[in-house]
Amino acid sequence: MLITCPCCGPRDVAEFTYQGDASRSRPDPASTDQAAWNAYVYDRVNTAGAHREYWQHSGGCRSHLVVLRSTLTHRIDSVRFARDEADGARRRSGSPA
Amino acid sequence: MSPRRTASGGRIDRSRSISFRFDGKRYAGHPGDTLASALLANGVSLFARSFKYHRPRGVIAAGVDEPNALVTVLRGEVREPNLPATQVEIVDGLVAESQNRFPSLERDVGALNQLGGRLFSAGFYYKTFMGPVAGPLKGTRFWMACEAVIRRAAGLGRAGHAPDTARYEKMNAFCDVLVVGGGPAGLAAALAAARSGRRVVLADLDPAFGGALKWSGELLDGEPAAGWVAETISALAAMDNVRLLPRTTVWGYYDGNTLAALERVGDHLRDPGKGAPRHRHWVIRAGHVVLATGAFERPMVFPGNDRPGVMLASAAGRYAAEYGVLPAERFVVFANNDSAYAAAARLREAGATVAAIVDVRPDVSAGARALAARAGGELLLGHAVADTSGGRRLTGVALRRFDAATKTLSGEPRRIEADGLAVSGGWSPAIHLASQAGAKARWDETLQAFLPPQPDAGWSGAGAFLGHASTTAAFADGLAAVAALDGSLSDAVDLPASDAPDLDAAPAPVFEIRAADGRGSKAFVDFQHDVTAEDVRLAHREGFVSVEHLKRYTTLGMATDQGKTSNVAGLAIMADARGMAIDDVGTTRFRPPFAPVSIGALAAERFGELKPDRLTPLHDWHVEQGATMYAAGLWHRPMIYGHPGETVEQACVREARAVRDSVGIVDVSTLGKIMVQGPDAAAFLDRVYTNLFSTLPVGKARYGLMLREDGFAFDDGTTWRLAETEFLMTTTTANAGRVMQHLEYMLDVVWPDLKVILTSVTDEWAGAAISGPKARAVLSACVAGTAVDNDALPFMGIVHGAIGGAPVMICRLSFSGELAYEVYCGAGHGSQVWDALMAAGQPFGIVPYGLEALGTLRIEKGHVTGAEIDGRTTARDLHLSWMLSKKKPFVGSAMMDREGLVAEDRLQLVGLVSLDGQALNGGAHVVEHGDRTLSGSIGHVTSVCFSPALGKYIALALVRGGKTRHGSRAFISDPLRGRFGPVAIVSHHFFDPEGSRMHG
Ligand SMILES: [Zn+2]
Repeated sequence: MLITCPCCGPRDVAEFTYQGDASRSRPDPASTDQAAWNAYVYDRVNTAGAHREYWQHSGGCRSHLVVLRSTLTHRIDSVRFARDEADGARRRSGSPA
Repeated sequence: MSPRRTASGGRIDRSRSISFRFDGKRYAGHPGDTLASALLANGVSLFARSFKYHRPRGVIAAGVDEPNALVTVLRGEVREPNLPATQVEIVDGLVAESQNRFPSLERDVGALNQLGGRLFSAGFYYKTFMGPVAGPLKGTRFWMACEAVIRRAAGLGRAGHAPDTARYEKMNAFCDVLVVGGGPAGLAAALAAARSGRRVVLADLDPAFGGALKWSGELLDGEPAAGWVAETISALAAMDNVRLLPRTTVWGYYDGNTLAALERVGDHLRDPGKGAPRHRHWVIRAGHVVLATGAFERPMVFPGNDRPGVMLASAAGRYAAEYGVLPAERFVVFANNDSAYAAAARLREAGATVAAIVDVRPDVSAGARALAARAGGELLLGHAVADTSGGRRLTGVALRRFDAATKTLSGEPRRIEADGLAVSGGWSPAIHLASQAGAKARWDETLQAFLPPQPDAGWSGAGAFLGHASTTAAFADGLAAVAALDGSLSDAVDLPASDAPDLDAAPAPVFEIRAADGRGSKAFVDFQHDVTAEDVRLAHREGFVSVEHLKRYTTLGMATDQGKTSNVAGLAIMADARGMAIDDVGTTRFRPPFAPVSIGALAAERFGELKPDRLTPLHDWHVEQGATMYAAGLWHRPMIYGHPGETVEQACVREARAVRDSVGIVDVSTLGKIMVQGPDAAAFLDRVYTNLFSTLPVGKARYGLMLREDGFAFDDGTTWRLAETEFLMTTTTANAGRVMQHLEYMLDVVWPDLKVILTSVTDEWAGAAISGPKARAVLSACVAGTAVDNDALPFMGIVHGAIGGAPVMICRLSFSGELAYEVYCGAGHGSQVWDALMAAGQPFGIVPYGLEALGTLRIEKGHVTGAEIDGRTTARDLHLSWMLSKKKPFVGSAMMDREGLVAEDRLQLVGLVSLDGQALNGGAHVVEHGDRTLSGSIGHVTSVCFSPALGKYIALALVRGGKTRHGSRAFISDPLRGRFGPVAIVSHHFFDPEGSRMHG
């Protein structure tokens, strides 16, 4: 599997560390909603198909990346910096409805 | 002259002779021979004993598909078992032996198994060794009792015990087009791709490219095909954008068009050259793959089809034409298709007699008839071989009339004397790699074969792989595969025309010749695993009808050849038994590897001690001082600085005592160190640590604790505020990498808005801890540029100065419980500073101490490390709840108060004191009652030492109820090491619980 790091270019998966499901969202730090925290820490869907996930380029620039990968074929449809994704998410959630 | 070597012809070099040994006997062959061809040339017909029945077996194929003739090659003491003799190139001094026979191939006692044929039918092991439901041999115990005997009697070759001395290596390659298979289709594709400027890799598992063109004898534009192959290969070899990989088996097709291949670099060389690898493991990333892997001929299933002398027709023809060897003198050819006729003609032309061509079909093509005429002998259409005779070598075949429509034999048997039977049951394209690439094979009724699935964007196929048998079609396919890449046919490649006759590619749908009464010799489907047609039918009768179940129950296709010659016949027989079409029975999916791969090649350079060594700047000093070094992760750390005659415990006690009594010095350079910088650095630390760091003044350090998101303790260490926006975080040695990754994750993913930069500086700083009542005196004696008295450098204070002329940073903090300082300097100044500290400590009798004493001192103080922060303990379990800030949320704060994590009966940190004066064992259970069993276990021991301060053996332990048990007694029980003894449960603060010494 090759992951095209936006910083370093296409690199072998051996250079990366899987960092988990990128579709979950962390509750507000002050939240006491146990169910929400429980879901964040433990609940994972064993997706067959398109999966948003974090990979860290630990053997390269060390960026965390959001990778859209098919768990069935390992086809990768997009790779973005996690920081950019997070910014986008915040903008979306912060924008008036 | 070898008895079966032809007078001329073949691709062997007759001018040179090669000497080798097989089963202790010396033979000669020629360069170009395989072990199989050389032994056949010497008249050897018996190559192996079969897997279950120990039946005599000869060679039936000429390539990677060989199921029978497996040998062990010996390189000194190193044994490499289960190599097909057809794949072993002979080399001077080669030593090989046959397998699965005792005491010899000729006289094999295991052959008695044949008498018990019924016993060893499908599912034999499952049925026989389920065992009775009760009694001493119940369940699998009966199997276990018999296993050793059976394992010896049944099976393949034996691996050796000697370490493999050969070198292996791994290579990565990138190309635009990978062509797998160097026959006519592959050569055409490689030429077209190379001429269009693409980077091409062409791999073939044979020693030479060309496939059947090397020996088919056909003419291309009137010239021998072998000449065209040679020209083409030299043209390709001369191009910079082409890499030729002969002797290279592409065995795995993985996602992202990544393919794995094994190149046999040195096996065929007497002296591979200094440092040359034996095998090379290739990882090839290809833009596009052209699969030109050809097809495997299938044997027919008929009674007695495994007698030595029965072989695939194409193999017999290839031995004659490529190696100049007649595997037999007098052949019968038995076929359900036209291809065997070419083999018959080839055998005749090489000097063999073709007594008869027996074909199940009532009629054959004109092309086949013409070849039959060239071959000579009778042409018996509508006939089949009903049985064979002979012991260790075929002596004759029995023929009967055969109706291909009803698949029935009739009429009286007619015996024809022959020592060779060349069989063709049709062809199966080698679709393994395509199948690995993901899609399902499809059954072709005309060709009676599984054809490759529809290609995806990553690959295309060509030639016999697609079921196209002729050279003309293979050339066209190869060009088309490349043309399709950019949609235009290349006119730069002009391929010659073949003179090969037109043959009918479609075989009759006949896989098995079955005697109506079921009598006669066994009819084998899978030669390597001794699976017969009856075994398949038995599996059907017993309900194992799915292909996957059939495979596992009978072990059909599960041997080292992975059923290359047997899969389709097995499916056909099952389909027939179920009254279904082969298509509906389905096929199993091929998985890597296509052919066995040497483990050495996969490991390549990665064997033995592979870890990098992490050495502190003071490493050489430790070694010079006679330290016993200890591997802590990748780091090498001094365990003790032993004096002559001292035990580890004695040295440790001496070192620890020196710290409590005077002063000691320890190398702490291995601690993880992370610079945390930026305007939001303090805010960030407040979020990742359980306690506050924003309130920490510049020039002070604070002990910090991190939790995981799930609320369990993660890591601890001190963090020093060097400036308003700059912190130096230390982590435990073991967790340095994990903490870094955790912090990076939080910044990248959770809080990208924080302006913080992290830098791992573990290797940039050397560190020494000076501990003991005289520590301040030592520092005063050598520090310049700063005072170190209690006012200038209070507990947890930081000062900057110089020692031994090198700038240092000193923090007063204590792990040992004594007055202590950590001195950090640039790694390059490590020795200089250390030497200055040692010199300053000389008058105070400074003692360097190692990990053992470090551990002892911290256990006496009740400080926790990785043994206690084991991923299952919480801050409260470790009595660190005072560090859990209530003023702010932090990582883990939301989860740490869950019901199960605050329960009263959790394992909590306590101290243990041995009451019998004996050492305690890490990992031992703590039990409540004086009973050695673990049923009364209330916890376990995490860290142990002899405490010089207390004069007792002590331990830290995690015990249910924790503090509530202080003052009570229990026992430790360690059944593995036979240790049982009484202990007192006490506070984990064994020594100086008020901390007066370190504040002094
Ligand atoms: Zn990168």
